[in-house]
Amino acid sequence: MTLSGIRIPMMTSLIFWMLVWEIVGRMDIIFLIPPMTSVIAAGVGLVQTGSWQAATLITLRSFVLGMALAIAIGVPLGVAMGRIKVVDNIFGLWVNMFVSAPLSALVPILMILFGLGETTVFVTVFLFAVWIIVLDARAGVMQVPPSLIEMGRSYGASRFTIFTKIILLSALPEILAGIRIGLIRGVKGVVIGQILVSVIGYGELFELYSRSFDMERFWALTIILFAAAMLLSAAVEHFEKRIEYYAGAR
Amino acid sequence: MANPIPLRTADDATSDAIVEVREICKRYGDIEALRGINLDFERGKLTTLLGPSGCGKTTLLKIIAGLVPATSGQIRINGRVVTGPGPERAFVFQDFALMPWATVLRNVAFGLELKGVSQAERHRIARHYINEVGLSGFEEKYPHELSGGMRQRVGIARAFSVNADVLLLDEPFSAVDEQNRRKFQEDLLRLVDKERKTFLFVTHSIEEAVYVSDRIVLLSPRPGRVSQIIEPAIDRSAAPDVIRRDKGYLDVVEEIWQGLRQYAE
Ligand SMILES: Nc1ncnc2c1ncn2[C@@H]1O[C@H](COP(=O)(O)OP(=O)(O)OP(=O)(O)O)[C@@H](O)[C@H]1O
Ligand SMILES: [Mg+2]
Repeated sequence: MTLSGIRIPMMTSLIFWMLVWEIVGRMDIIFLIPPMTSVIAAGVGLVQTGSWQAATLITLRSFVLGMALAIAIGVPLGVAMGRIKVVDNIFGLWVNMFVSAPLSALVPILMILFGLGETTVFVTVFLFAVWIIVLDARAGVMQVPPSLIEMGRSYGASRFTIFTKIILLSALPEILAGIRIGLIRGVKGVVIGQILVSVIGYGELFELYSRSFDMERFWALTIILFAAAMLLSAAVEHFEKRIEYYAGAR
Repeated sequence: MANPIPLRTADDATSDAIVEVREICKRYGDIEALRGINLDFERGKLTTLLGPSGCGKTTLLKIIAGLVPATSGQIRINGRVVTGPGPERAFVFQDFALMPWATVLRNVAFGLELKGVSQAERHRIARHYINEVGLSGFEEKYPHELSGGMRQRVGIARAFSVNADVLLLDEPFSAVDEQNRRKFQEDLLRLVDKERKTFLFVTHSIEEAVYVSDRIVLLSPRPGRVSQIIEPAIDRSAAPDVIRRDKGYLDVVEEIWQGLRQYAE
């Protein structure tokens, strides 16, 4: 970012808006916006509480389990759909329907099925993340150049070798892109799931803080969540960049 | 200097034919791509397939490679009937078919890797052929860092590395500009001379065909049939520039042009 020829670091924008927030907060216009400094102070205090640490542990557990299952099922299913016509016909319609469906509406049904607990949140994360992973893995294996497969055959590769050494590697960029978007959707899933269930993890804390008008802690928790989601996304993006030679080839 | 010879039939197979093509027909659904192809390819010779676009050159080459099944007819390599790809044949693809995630070295060594050759040994062989095609110093580069011509040389080095008897090249120089094309043609001739392998070469360029070939097979438009076989018999010991101005060379070019012209109209 540059302003009248002078380079301004990216952090400037962040600092500017934090200052605006601080001023608005100090003017005491609406109780919803406490000063930034007190939000930060609340955040520092918050992370030291046992309730926050327990909630974080529960949230992380649901998220990691849900994502692991979404990847473990999504990638193989997408690859199978891309390679085998029958599988594609069986699952194609459903995957395309769910990938754009408003899944939050399903959470109440999940609560009936799985109860008001971690299982529902874990299934919500899975449902939010899995479809885009399936679709991207499918797209990845479908765009493998036919001549690469012919090349493998002409040098005597078995079907299995062609699959592992050519098809999967060729589809890797799309598979990773799907996982990255899936992770971001999974964060949404864990938050929406917990808020709707509202008796565990961050959902419980949000519920508590908003009912007791504890806006400092409410905002502190929100900021922690946003920062975590952005860090996660940046980490996967960094990993994707490490195999950037793909990008140059496309 | 040029002497067109009569078409051979299935019966007069000569003993030194390494590739024998017998009554090959190929249909893609309603499209008849090839009809009744009979050809012998002699060991150690470079034969070019020339013909209008869509006449089935790539199809014939892939049938010989065992990558595409023929509708009817038979291919024999060293007297044995072909049912699929085999280690005595190597294919150079028109679109290079390089793995974008692998370095030049790994791409060139990939044929050997599939055969289970140890890493040290396959890298030694790959480095040798990378050097032969003039790419030394690029071993650790990725395909997208190379020009089209350099990528095709990676494909050629890969085909050489597996030490096949027959090399099948589908328009290997089509992505190369005219200056480099001539240089590649000379490089190819040097490799043909040095490696003593049998080459089947597809090109659209008449000049290129006459310049590099021992024998040129002209195919008719779809359905592809053998319409003429020409043996340029050019003295390749002369300098490239001399050859390209040689009367015999120019006569053959003209003769092929006349042969193909009927299809262009
Ligand atoms: N997989 C396929 N399915 C259907 N038709 C095909 C297929 N491959 C080739 N054909 C048809 O067969 C004919 C011969 O194709 P081929 O690619 O062998 O021609 P070619 O001589 O190599 O052409 P070019 O000079 O343009 O490369 C063409 O008419 C093409 O449309
Ligand atoms: Mg072709």
